[in-house]
Formats: sequence, C-alpha cells, structure tokens
Amino acid sequence: MIPLHWYLIVAGALFCLGLYGILARRNAVAILMSIELVLNSVNLNLVAFWRYLAPETVNGQMFAIIVFAVAAAEAAVGLGLIISIYRNRQTVIVEDINLLKW
Amino acid sequence: MNLELFVWLIPLPPLLAFFIILLFTRGNKRLSDIVAIASIVLTWVLSLVVFFSVLGIEHFGETVIESAVTWLPLGPTAETSFRMGVLVDPLTAVLLFFVPLTATMIFIYSSGYMASGHYWTAVIPSEEHESPEAHGAEAHAAESDNGHGHDAEVLVDDFGQKVTRFDATAWKARFMAFISLFAAGMLILTVADNLLALFAGWEIMGFCSYALISFWHNRVYPNQPKRITPNIAGIKAFMTTRAADVVMLLGIVWLWSYTGTLNFREILYDPETLAALANPAFPNLGIGLSVGGAIGLLLFAGTVGKSAQFPLHTWLPDAMEGPTPVSAMIHAATMVSAGVYMIIRMFPLLTVGFDGHTFTPTMIVIATIGAFTALFAATIALAQRDIKKVLAYSTISQLGYMVAAVGIGAYVAAAFHLMTHAIFKALLFMGSGSVIHAMEHGEEHAHEHGHHFPLDFDAQDMFNMGGLWRRIPATAWTFLIGGLALAGFPFVTAGFWSKDEILADAWAHAPIVFVVLAIAAFLTAFYTMRQIGLTFAGEPRTAAAEEATQTDWRMNLPLIVLAFFSIIAGWIGIPVGFLGLDGIFRANRFHDFVAGSLLEHPETLQFNWIPLITSIVVALAGLGLGWLMYVRRPLRAGEEDPLLRVLGPFYNLFANKYYIDEAYDFLFVRPSQWFARNVSYLLIDRGIIDGIIHFIARSTEWWALRNKDFDTYVVNGGADEVVEGIGGLSNAFKYVQSGRLQQYLAVVLTGVLMLAGIFIWAIFLR
Repeated sequence: MIPLHWYLIVAGALFCLGLYGILARRNAVAILMSIELVLNSVNLNLVAFWRYLAPETVNGQMFAIIVFAVAAAEAAVGLGLIISIYRNRQTVIVEDINLLKW
Repeated sequence: MNLELFVWLIPLPPLLAFFIILLFTRGNKRLSDIVAIASIVLTWVLSLVVFFSVLGIEHFGETVIESAVTWLPLGPTAETSFRMGVLVDPLTAVLLFFVPLTATMIFIYSSGYMASGHYWTAVIPSEEHESPEAHGAEAHAAESDNGHGHDAEVLVDDFGQKVTRFDATAWKARFMAFISLFAAGMLILTVADNLLALFAGWEIMGFCSYALISFWHNRVYPNQPKRITPNIAGIKAFMTTRAADVVMLLGIVWLWSYTGTLNFREILYDPETLAALANPAFPNLGIGLSVGGAIGLLLFAGTVGKSAQFPLHTWLPDAMEGPTPVSAMIHAATMVSAGVYMIIRMFPLLTVGFDGHTFTPTMIVIATIGAFTALFAATIALAQRDIKKVLAYSTISQLGYMVAAVGIGAYVAAAFHLMTHAIFKALLFMGSGSVIHAMEHGEEHAHEHGHHFPLDFDAQDMFNMGGLWRRIPATAWTFLIGGLALAGFPFVTAGFWSKDEILADAWAHAPIVFVVLAIAAFLTAFYTMRQIGLTFAGEPRTAAAEEATQTDWRMNLPLIVLAFFSIIAGWIGIPVGFLGLDGIFRANRFHDFVAGSLLEHPETLQFNWIPLITSIVVALAGLGLGWLMYVRRPLRAGEEDPLLRVLGPFYNLFANKYYIDEAYDFLFVRPSQWFARNVSYLLIDRGIIDGIIHFIARSTEWWALRNKDFDTYVVNGGADEVVEGIGGLSNAFKYVQSGRLQQYLAVVLTGVLMLAGIFIWAIFLR
C-alpha cells in the first residue's frame, strides 16, 4: 500500500489551497467553494486515518458522512445568505460588504 | 435651737430676694417691695436671735460661734484644705445688731422714697419725632410720661441739649433687687470667718455700689455741663474702690503665703501666728516694719478706698448722685462701715508689735491718714451748698475718726463709733431724702400754681430751702436729733459717747491726734448747725420750699426708729468712773463685751476730765456758733452765705474741694483715657490683635486658593487627561474593525497559528 503520509500531505495541500481561497477570493461564492475544499480535505484526512489505523470499525466513515451532510447544509445556507446579500447590496464581492465596521 | 444654722442663714434671705425679684417679680413693684422687705426683716429677726443669744454667753470671745466647711481640698488631709464658714464673736455681734437694723429701716424708707419723683433725661434724636401721645399710650409708664398723665414736653437748655421729664419710679423693682443684693453682700462680709469670704462680700458691695449710684443712669442736668451725671459717678466710685481693692488683694495674698491661712481665729487669736507676724518685713531697710504691719498697710489701702479716706475720697461725694436711700445704705450703714470693720477686725494684725505705748509705723500711717481726713473733710463740708454733699463729707470725716481710732490703738472706741455713726448717719441721710422729696413735691405744687422754675433748679441746694421746720416737722425733729448726735451734743446723744471715747483715747496716747480731732469736732458741730439752720430755720427762700410737703409713713417711721436709737445707743458705752453715771447701766458694758474679741484685752482707760471737757466745749461751741450765724438770724432769699465773709478766699477753696478732682482728672483720668484710646484700642486691639487675625485670614484664604488651583488643574486636569488619552487610544485602535470578512479570518488564522506554536513548544519541545 502507499504510505499514509502521502494521503495526509495531499489532504494538507488541499486544506491550504482551500484556506488560501477563503482568504484571497473576492467572490463570495468562490469562498464557499473554497470552504467545500477545506471540508473535503478534512474528509480525506479522516478516511485515510480510518483505512490505515482502524479499518474494522465504522468510525471514520460515519464521521466523513456527517461532515458531508453538514457541508451540504452549510453550503445551502451560505448560498441563501449570498442571494439575500445580493438582493440588498447588488454585489457578491465580500470586500464591499463592510458596513459592520467602526 | 441651732445657732450656727441661723448664722449661716443670715445672708440668705436678701440674696434670694435679689434673684426672685429680678427673675419673677420685676414687673410688679408692690410685690417686689414685699419680697425685699420680708427678706430683710427675716434677716433682722435671725440676727437679733443670734445677738441676744450671744449676750448671755459667759466669756464670749474666748468661746465663739463658728462653723466651716471644706471649700478647697488643697492637700491630702483635712488639715491642709481651705475651709470657709461663719464666725460670730463679739465684734460680729455688734455688727449683727446695727447692720440689719439700719438696713431694714432703709428698705422700708426706700419703698416710700422710690414711689415718686421725676428727673430730667436727654431726648434721643430717634425718639423725638414720635408724638408725645404715642408715648403716653404705651403700656409701661416710662420715658416721656411725667407721671401726671400730661404729655411729655421736650425742653431745650442753654447748651442745646434736649431734655424731657422721666419717671424716677420706673425701675423700682430693680432698685429693691439691688439693695437686697447689697444687704446680702454686707451680711456675707459680717459673718465671714476668713478674709477671702470677707473680700467676696466686699466686692459684691463694690459692684452694687456701682449699680446703685448710677441707678438713674439716663439722668442729665440741664444747664450744668460741669456737673457729674450718675453714670459717670458710678464708674468713678467703682474705679476708685477697685484700684484700692487690688492693693488689698495683694495684702491678702501675702498674708496667705506667710501664714498659710486666712481664717480670723487662726491668725488673730493665735499667739504663735501673731508672734510670727511680728518679724521684720524688710530687715535690710531697718524701718522697723513688721510683716504683719506691712500686710496691714496693704489691707488698709482697701479701707482707704472703700471708706473714702484721703486720697481716695473723691468718689463718695459724687456718689450722692444715687437715690438717697442708696446714700444712706452705702455711706452710712454698710459699705463704708465695711472698710472700717475690716481694719477693726484685723486690728491685731495691724498693731502687731504694739506694746501699748510706742506706735508701730503702720499705726502711725493709719492714724495720720485718719486724723488728716477727719479735719480735711470737715473743712470742705463747711462750704457746701448741697444738703447731701454736707453729709457726704461729714461721713468721710467721721470715718476718719474711726480710722484714726484704730491707728492709735483704740479698738473698742472705733467699734463703738462705727455703730453709733451708722445709726445717726443713716438717720441724717434719710432725713435729707425726706427734705429733698418735700422740696420736689413743693416744686411740683408750685409749678401747678403757675410758678416757673429754671431748668437747673436744684431741690437739694440748701440755699433754696428754709422754713421747713413748719412744713415737715417730723423730718425736722428727727434730723435735729441726728444732727446733734453727729455734733456730739453731750450726754443725751449716742455720738457724744462714742466720740468722747475716741478723744479720751487720743488724749491718753497721741495728743497730736487729739488736737486734730478736737478741731474737726468743732467744725463738725458748726457745719451741722449750719445745715440745720439753712434747711429748716427762718422763712422759705423759694416757692418750692413754701409748698413743701412730706407725708409718706414709710419714710417717717424709719426716721423715728433711728432717732430713738441715736439717743439711747450711746448709753451702753458710758466709761467706767464717769461721774457716777456708770451705775445706771453697768459700767461700759460695750467695752467689756467687744474687748472679748481680742486675745489681749485692751486696757480700760482711766477717767480724765480734759477730753470730756474738750468734747463738751467743742460740741457746744460749734453748735452755738452755727446757731448764731444761721438760726438766730436766718438767711433770707438771695443772701449770700455769711461764711463767705468769715473765711474769705478759703471759702472757694473748700467749696471746690481743694480742686483735687480737677487734679486727679489731669493726672490720672486724662492719661488713662489717652492710653485706653491710643494704646489699648488703636494700637493693640485694632493694630496688633486684629492685624494678626487679618493676617491669618488672608493666609488661609491664599492657601485655600492654592488648593483650589491644585484641584482644578492637577486633580481635575489629570483625570481629564487620562480620559482623553483613553479616547485617543480608542480612536487609534478602532480602525482594526474594518468590516472586511477576509481580514478577520486572516487575523483568526494568525492567532490560531500562534497558539498552536506555543502549544507545540510547551508540550513537545520543552
């Protein structure tokens, strides 16, 4: 089998990419997509650890599925928020949504 | 029957009357009268009980009534504490006889005297704009009401002073209160067993003399700008006696520090103390003055003031400004007697070292002052116009007799003359008061009949009187009896016996004093008859005298009682071996009784014809000469005094009292006033003391302002700075909250990384 840490590195790389996307993308939908990327990297991490350390249990799989569900729900809510914001401010660029400041 | 308790109680009723009248009955004149008279009668009864009880005691003098309480616990034992209390020895008993007697008579007289009268008072500018009707409508009869319901009129005298009549009876309750206090003071002095209590009574009387002399304090004399007014006279009396009292207090202090006690029995009746007091006071000076003698001189200074001896006699004639009962009380019965009583009491101290023949320096001083004063005052009395002034100088002269008697060692004679003088001088003063009242009533009656009197009409001026024998006979007879007693009319008057005894003693021991006193006796008899002649004899010289009347029984009764005593009081002192008369009353009971007060009984004098003949001759000669000049051919209206031709330039010298008042004014009064105004007031009080206070105030104010600045700039300012600083800091930091989501997330990421780093470092790398 391929070593575990190859999976972890990939997951880590995906996490960093996602993190960069959260921090650096202008479009709110793109940030949501980056959040999905981060969550998926976490899933990958979970499954990798499950497969290599305790494959006889179902813990890893269960956790990954819950994460998926939460990610989906959260994406739905996030999109709803973005639509609402767009209706009010005519923009989805997060830099411009800065009323809650000093 | 507890005699000691009675003695303690004797001064109490008048003292209580003082407080009761001032606190409760001040508005009710009749009730005040009753309170005052009841109190003095009670005291009189108590005194007589004590007096008659001690008459029956064998060897009274060795045994006395004494009772004391611890006043100041000065040390650990009862021996060292200062005790005060009462003492009744023969001398005290004599005073207890005549003081309450004369006081009671004076109280009764006062309630009659103070029931009528008016005098001039100055109109205060603020009051004169009110209408007289408004004044009359006021509840209390005072200011502008002349007592007859007429509207008050304001008159202007020649010097521009506005005057109006004032009711002299307005303050009668206050008068009764003050004479009650006065009587209480005298009685405290009488029953005291130590010098300090005596001094307390002394000072009470000093204050009351001020209060009573200036009783009519708002009285003015129109058209007489040089005449002393009552308020100034009161101050003069108080100041003069006070100055003397300071010296007396020094004597008391010296006595206390030398002997450790002020109790009379312990000092005067104790041979060891007396022997210690005979030590020389100033051995280096070699003047033979013993400690007792020196202390005696200091104490004598108090008597010089209180009993108006030269040179401190000036207050007594001006004290005639007080109402006449005051003059009777103060200048006959009590206060001046207190001065003489004190030196009689302290006789063993004053005469310590006296062996019966050579006089000590102290005695020489006392006798000289006494004899000089007796003659000096008698000469002044010759030329006086005012009826009360004659009596005032007469009192000074008679006190000089008593003082001289003490000075030559005539203990009993001095006490005897003290008693008789109090009685007949009180009688004479009250008689003169009746005369003055009669003249004032005559003035009012004449005024009603349309007669006009000048503004400065003096009802007391004898040259305005005349012919009063027919108008007021009761007063005239009693005044005559009193006058004869004063002159020393032989055998039937008390004054003769007491004066004769002094002259006999002087003849035996000090012939110079005898000569001086004999001349003074001649002058006394003369001016007495002059006074009687001018007042009562002949025809009335003014309209006031024509219509003079006096009917108040309260004024006549005391005169009669005292006239009675003026006659009989002398007979208890008839000397031994006197023409067989000594068999009537047991020979010289007075001498034997009073002599018991002293440790060594004074010798009884051998009977001698010379002083007896001298006193009879001078008395009759003086009376006769006065009769010739003033009664056989009485003075008519407008005539000048015949004495003016006889005395020539001396008349004015006597009439102006040797100009001593003017000299004192120049030497003492004006410098004191200058000092008081410029040094005490302007320099010390306003300059230094107020200066210090103002300086403190300004410094405190300056310090307060600096505190305020501190508060404003440092405290408040500092707080404001802090607040602004925080605000500034906040202003700077607010930009962190930019509202940009991705920035927030970046910060969170940074924080998480830092925490992770710390975590890893703490757990894994340490």
